[in-house]
This record gives sequence, structure tokens and C-alpha cells, in this order.
Amino acid sequence: MAAAFTLLSDGEVASLDAVIDGERVLVDAGDLARATGWVLKPEGLCRDALCVPLRDPSIATADRSRLDLAGFAAALQRPVAIDVEEPAAFLGVAAAERGEQLRGMQAPDFTLPDLDGRKHSLSEQRGKKVLLLAYASW
Amino acid sequence: MHAELSPYGFTVISVALDRSADDARPWIERAAPTHPSLIDTTWAVADLYDIVNVPTVVWIDESGRVVRPNDVFYATDTYRAMTGIDSAAALERVRAWVRDGVVGLDATDAAELRTVPSAEHQLARAEFGLARWLASRGRSEAAERHFLRAGELAPHDFTIRRGSMPMRGIDPRGPAFIEMVVDWMGAGNTYYKPLPK
Repeated sequence: MAAAFTLLSDGEVASLDAVIDGERVLVDAGDLARATGWVLKPEGLCRDALCVPLRDPSIATADRSRLDLAGFAAALQRPVAIDVEEPAAFLGVAAAERGEQLRGMQAPDFTLPDLDGRKHSLSEQRGKKVLLLAYASW
Repeated sequence: MHAELSPYGFTVISVALDRSADDARPWIERAAPTHPSLIDTTWAVADLYDIVNVPTVVWIDESGRVVRPNDVFYATDTYRAMTGIDSAAALERVRAWVRDGVVGLDATDAAELRTVPSAEHQLARAEFGLARWLASRGRSEAAERHFLRAGELAPHDFTIRRGSMPMRGIDPRGPAFIEMVVDWMGAGNTYYKPLPK
């Protein structure tokens, strides 16, 4: 059954052509490449200069036109939350990547809006000591 | 604190982990801050800094280095009994840092105290991200499945377990929250984890 499948990743929302087979979500390889930057090549999954070999070749269909979304995420060691009924998925950040970044003890940059919608980045404050306070209305 | 210490080359950046500017607005307007007061509707900062509860503070020096990772911080003593945190002492530590460069932790300590997320926690964050999006689209039943799954995968992450409550029509100060904390602490866990130094 073909479906328009919503993929949330890296702060973006993309609509991918997908065939849903039970719990398996087979997304169009081209749509996935446009959404994530990862292209399926003979060497494996490649983005810019980096290629990750596909240890499990069944992640791709025989004609290599589609990729199993869960298998794609696993190949990149990224977490993915999938809901086949909606259908939608959220592709998260790998624990290894977060861990490496955090262990480096350099404060990750971010850009967020204030109440007026004006954007501010942490990096604008370089040269000052910053007390970063996370809080909430809850 | 910001007003007193900003002449020394210091700023606070406050980040509200809230589903909308409207939720954060009353807090920001009441505080009328002169420092950047930002809204984080996708929990981006929680993810980047592995934040699991609020309020959490991170000290970042002039070169962008984290000199004091995630700590609990209260500007008042409202929660002193629960957290064991003396707000006057906490403010004095900030003053000592800003005016005199005293961090109270050396770089080795800071690195040892820096938490990193597990693969399960990152999956919890992905489940939470999906749940937030579904909830924003009115897909409440589907969202609830993923909110619950996120909480199961990261039971120590209250930015998820409590932070999700307004999105699910649950009072984050009501009986469901109290029951959650009682269960958590009853199992021998702490709700707030201030740094040991």
C-alpha cells in the first residue's frame, strides 16, 4: 500500500513516497536522499564525503529504488520513531554523535526566537560568560 | 543577577522548554528580563545539552567552553526543602565565577560530571519528537502512544514525562504529576540531581 509518509528529521518536515508492508516502511530512495542528504550508492549510504557501508543488503529493495526506513536509521546508528498508521516518523540524533559533542565540552550552538520572534544564537555571546538556564511553564 | 553582573562580561540566556510562546509568555513578561529570553518549542536545547529536568543551568565561559555542566539552580528558596539547594549560596557561586573566575570545578571534574545520553534516551527523544508533532496536528491518540513510549524509554527525563503533560491535557502540577514523582522517588531515585560540588 503506497502512502504519503511524513518524515521529521533535522528540524525539517518532508513528505516521502512510501510503501507500507506490515511494520516495514519502504521509502523512495530519492525522496529519502532529498530529505536527509543520504544517497544510496554501490559503496553504501553516502553524504558529502562520508559513506557508510550497508551491512544488511536487505535494507534496500532489489532494484534499489526503496529503502526500509528502520534499516536506514540503524545503518546510521540513529534512533527512529515510526508510526505506520499515521503514517509518520521522527529520525533523531545518534547517541554516539551527541556523546562525542558533549564530551568535547564545547557548548553546542543553537538559534531560537524570543517573544518578538527575533532570533538569537548562543554564539553571539562569545566573549562573555554565559549562564544558560533551561526552565519551563510546567 | 543579570543586571548586577553584566558589567563584568556576563549574560544569562534563558530558554523555555514550552510548546508555544504563549505558554512561556507569562513567565517572561513577569520577569521582564534584559537578557535573551528564548522559546524552545522543539526541545532543541534539552537534546543538545542532555537536559532531563528544569530548572537546569550550564556555565559557559568566554571561549564557549562548558565549565560547569547541568546543575539545578533556584533563584529563590521555594524548593530548598526538596532540592537541598540554598539559593543565596548558588548566587554567590555565580558572582565568584563572573567577578573572580572561580568555577569551583576543575576541567577534569567538569568532564566527569558531564552526562551523555544512551541510545535508549535518544530513541526516547525521537518518540517524543514524533509525539509532539502528532499532538500539534490534533492526532491525540497516536501522540499519546508515543508520549508514553518516550517516558518508558527515558524514565529519568522529566522534560519528557512532565514536559509532555500540557500537550496531553494533563495538569503538570496535578495528581498525575504527584503520582509520577512519588513513584519515582519511592523506587529510590532522586527527582533533582544537583552537582556534588
